[in-house]
Amino acid sequence: MILIVVEHANGKVGKSTWEMVTAARELAQGTGRETPITALVLGSNVAPIAAEIARGVDQVLVADLPALAQYDPELWSAAVAQIATEGEASVVLIGGSRSGREYSPRVAIKLDAPLLEDVISLKANSDTLSAGSQIIEAQHYTYLARVTETIETIGGATGPIAVVTIKPGVFNPATPRAEVAEQFDVDLNLPTPRLHVTGKTVERSSRVGLVEAEIVVSGGRGVGSAEGFTQYVEALADQLGAAVGATRAIVDAGWRPYSEQVGQTGKTVQPKLYIAIGISGAVQHLSGMNKSKTIVAINRDAEAPIFKIADYGIVGDVPQLIPAILAELKK
Amino acid sequence: MRILTFIRQVLDAEESVHVANNAVALENSKLVMDTMDEYGVEEALRLRESGIEAEIIAVGVGPARVQDALRTALAMGVDRAIHVETDIRLDAISLSMVLAQIARQEDATLILSGGQQADWDSHALGAATAERLYWPQVTWTSALELKGTTLTGKHDVDEGSETFTLELPAVITTQQGLNEPRYPTLPNIMKSKKKELRRESLDQFNVTPILKFTSAEIQVKNRLNKILDGKDVPAAASQLVDLLRNEARVIA
Repeated sequence: MILIVVEHANGKVGKSTWEMVTAARELAQGTGRETPITALVLGSNVAPIAAEIARGVDQVLVADLPALAQYDPELWSAAVAQIATEGEASVVLIGGSRSGREYSPRVAIKLDAPLLEDVISLKANSDTLSAGSQIIEAQHYTYLARVTETIETIGGATGPIAVVTIKPGVFNPATPRAEVAEQFDVDLNLPTPRLHVTGKTVERSSRVGLVEAEIVVSGGRGVGSAEGFTQYVEALADQLGAAVGATRAIVDAGWRPYSEQVGQTGKTVQPKLYIAIGISGAVQHLSGMNKSKTIVAINRDAEAPIFKIADYGIVGDVPQLIPAILAELKK
Repeated sequence: MRILTFIRQVLDAEESVHVANNAVALENSKLVMDTMDEYGVEEALRLRESGIEAEIIAVGVGPARVQDALRTALAMGVDRAIHVETDIRLDAISLSMVLAQIARQEDATLILSGGQQADWDSHALGAATAERLYWPQVTWTSALELKGTTLTGKHDVDEGSETFTLELPAVITTQQGLNEPRYPTLPNIMKSKKKELRRESLDQFNVTPILKFTSAEIQVKNRLNKILDGKDVPAAASQLVDLLRNEARVIA
């Protein structure tokens, strides 16, 4: 079987999970035989999650436990490794979220399997997934998303062929089917978490989600101030129904929350349209947005690196240009 | 106590990437200590300066040139360095085997490592090393304090951040914002030349790669590069909106 670890938040299955379902189906088809897809739901009060994902996979395993109310890397890795072992999973798919990329290495080591990180494509290289000599080929980005690399498992694994994290926003999300898969409760042997969380700051924007948004409007130092960000970036985002993003520099300066940061240490986005306002284009920022379909840059400095990867741009003054663009959009 | 800081040598972020023979070619490019690892070195030095008695050891795995990055760590103030020399590219899961063995040999209780590698874009090394040692880990740490054997701090999670406490031993992955790494001063560079840099061979660690790296391609998405002059503000604004509406068709 192919095991998918369901990502969910606020009582709903995450889009990243439906993307993993697509990745799993493509992988299963590539094997030329029936490979069941199993979803594992971890959490507390997750019955609605299990019911929702049952419309996307062949079997749902549910661990609905108070101990799983909060994510912890040791709990999650222990649970996933146990289920993968008991179910003789051939491949384990985990979301490429911050948490997924944190606990997946532990799963790989527990299962003595290779780890393929943040993949953008995935295929099995022979006609059956269950044979020990099966090889999986994948692609992922390297060098701060400037290079696409192809990687392969070496084969001969006795356990799963690979543990894989799937980059969010790359695979098309699968649509739910009419058939409903059977659900089974599972028993888990869980360790005691050693990391004690003493406080949590949730940063959530009232706007559309940054990673899912079709249009992202982002601002950097060139917007001048926190007020400038509201006046130019948020105003344009609201006009376009877009999400807002920010550079590390202005998050560090306290102008914007970390949840809006785009780049190496923030979020990776690939919207249909990315508008960069007052952003010079440090390589760390570019790595988080350079896969966007159309990139627009507005910056005073004609030499700014952002213009090299822009489809459209204006070299000029942000405080003058943005109101003019807003006026034009409202025409 | 003993602190290990894991050091990787990578392409300077400002340098262009070149590909030859299906792999990234680093010859003739400027290589530096991974900035994510610099935060780990700096944090180890700060923990010691806060009054904790600690020996700090920098560890690097890779070709002979990795010694340059280890020398930088020595010049920043770490006490000694271990270089496991190999030309084989190890994925994070394999590499964690080397790091875990060195941690055991050196009887370390704290390991610091960068949150993301600037070359392989991997997040896995810290957590993988923690798993091999049966230690807990904290990733993407942005604040850290050590009192006795208790770590407290703050780190980034899926939606926002968390504060935490944790008992040693532990693995901490570091990132921008944790601190401002110091520059090595000239006297410290001179002093560092006398510090121990031990060379070891990879053979004794019994590690083989479990992934094959078959090809690398530079991402070139051809961009239109239609850049307008914004001196005439209304004209530039109107032209841009027209292009987005009628040429790119990305807005209504």
